[in-house]
Amino acid sequence: MSESVAPVITKRRADQDDAAKAAVVSVTSTTRLWRRFSLLLAPVLIVALALVLWFYYQSLGVGTTAQIQVSSALDWDTKLRPQLTQHLTIAFWSTLLVIAIAVPLGVLLTRSGVRKIGPAVLTVANSGQALPAYGLLIIFLALLGQGARTVIVALVVYAILPVLRNTMVGLDSVDRSTLEAGRGMGMTRLQTLLRIELPLAVPVIVAGIRTAMIINIGMATLAFLIGGGGLGITINSGLKLNQDPVLLVGAIMVALVALTFDWLGALAERFLHPRGL
Amino acid sequence: MAVEPKIRLDHVSKVYPGTDTPAVSELTLDIDPGEILVLVGPSGCGKSTTLRLINRMIEPTGGRIYLDGDDVTDVNPDQLRRRIGYVIQQIGLFPHQTIAENVATVPKMLKWEKKKISARVDELLDMVGLDPRVYGGRYPKELSGGQAQRVGVARALGADPSIMLMDEPFGAIDPITRESLQNEFLRLQDELRKTIVFVTHDIDEAIKMGDRIAILGKQSVVHQADTPERILAYPVDDFVRSFIGAGTAMKGLAFERVGDLDLAPFDGPNGNGESGAEPTGTITADATLYEALEEMLRTADGKTIVLDDSGEPAGVVELSHLSDALRTAQDEARRHYDELEAAS
Repeated sequence: MSESVAPVITKRRADQDDAAKAAVVSVTSTTRLWRRFSLLLAPVLIVALALVLWFYYQSLGVGTTAQIQVSSALDWDTKLRPQLTQHLTIAFWSTLLVIAIAVPLGVLLTRSGVRKIGPAVLTVANSGQALPAYGLLIIFLALLGQGARTVIVALVVYAILPVLRNTMVGLDSVDRSTLEAGRGMGMTRLQTLLRIELPLAVPVIVAGIRTAMIINIGMATLAFLIGGGGLGITINSGLKLNQDPVLLVGAIMVALVALTFDWLGALAERFLHPRGL
Repeated sequence: MAVEPKIRLDHVSKVYPGTDTPAVSELTLDIDPGEILVLVGPSGCGKSTTLRLINRMIEPTGGRIYLDGDDVTDVNPDQLRRRIGYVIQQIGLFPHQTIAENVATVPKMLKWEKKKISARVDELLDMVGLDPRVYGGRYPKELSGGQAQRVGVARALGADPSIMLMDEPFGAIDPITRESLQNEFLRLQDELRKTIVFVTHDIDEAIKMGDRIAILGKQSVVHQADTPERILAYPVDDFVRSFIGAGTAMKGLAFERVGDLDLAPFDGPNGNGESGAEPTGTITADATLYEALEEMLRTADGKTIVLDDSGEPAGVVELSHLSDALRTAQDEARRHYDELEAAS
């Protein structure tokens, strides 16, 4: 009797398994499709916006028909290009420093032994972000004087939280049983960190880095306040001169930079995502 | 009997900091080469802790641990663990690695040659019944629970360790798959002859898997460590009796085969004995007494015909055979324990 019943039950279970698996597959494949689509859509929008900006800029007649104020504020070689370079430099170095500080710190704070002080460190990092960015810049101006370096330090303090928090969360959310199995097979602590914990935490950590990078690109717009340069100068000129074209060109350029790097961040998330997850 | 134990736990204790009562108290246990020793006991008795003391996932606070006669209580735990297979209930496959990469974990750490590793991975996957060409490149999330634990076992066997520690390996798997995994594992063990320490809370699994069973009480105190047959025939105390629960006699019947009995003669299809009723059920000589009883109950008859290899009736097994067999087992176990007591 029992022999004849068992295969039927097994078969039914297998069918249910297949149905469940098929449902899961269809859900993941639609989200995956959508993600791929948005990864392709973003550059199209960015290029379109850049083209709009270029045509708009051409139509202004900078250096020819435009007002002298506008021509001077929007001159590519003396204003826009150096400002763009400064802007990117500030964002690049502040993001790099954030990664260099926050990722190792996050690793350290999730090791057994120092784990207990993790929340305290997070609170401190939190307060960095709780302060208004403007206030933070002024504080560091008072401490370190004018210039792009001061801006970079302030941005590191401001943007460290997302990377630190995501590193800690990413490492903490690694399934304990994989670590147990790894240790049980004789992996050293360093090996479990490098081969299991970090690879599995990469998606979360990269998402934090992407957030920090976008914060830094946005905040670099304020760098001009303490003599750090950047595209904020053009936006500020537009406001001061009451010249909408100047304001628009500056704002759209900042938006283009932010969108481009956000897209690069999305690409990084996509390609650094471990297979099998 | 002078075989050196493969694993010797010598008064091993574990006291967690901040607690007074030890989790494991002065445990002494020898595990012979090639046997499956099952640690079984109610939850919280410290059986998992005991298992994890052997590969020092938990560091003992007292006592010594010997493998092959060598004191390993103070050797590098990472080196030690590469010599010991470890299988856990949650399996813990690395989700970002393929099945083949998972299985290659320990050989890779031991820096085997690439060719040797891939040959070993194929061999192991074959061994646990997964086609390496089909499954080698898959990721853990694409496997069912039963398949995942097969990979877990293959991974633990990676560098061919002589010792395996298994912590409720089939505990989270549905009953039908569990049964087939248990059977396959026992068949595998027939070839591999590993020394296995197996933790479970399920006495039936312990009886099925164990060459010997250690029944543990609070703080991993060994109440009885013996073959399943003897434990069922002669539980030494009330704790063991209540833990193995009801139906010990029935469970005990599963250890003897009909062919080993002194059968009553078969009187032919019509010429029956004194009882007047013709036994209708039939079983083969390699059936267990448990199956014989099952057949008797099914046919509502006090006896069952035993068929030989050619399908001819070889004799008749009667209810009294079963009770005799149980009594013999009990007597043997009691004598064994009396002798032990006399010797000490």
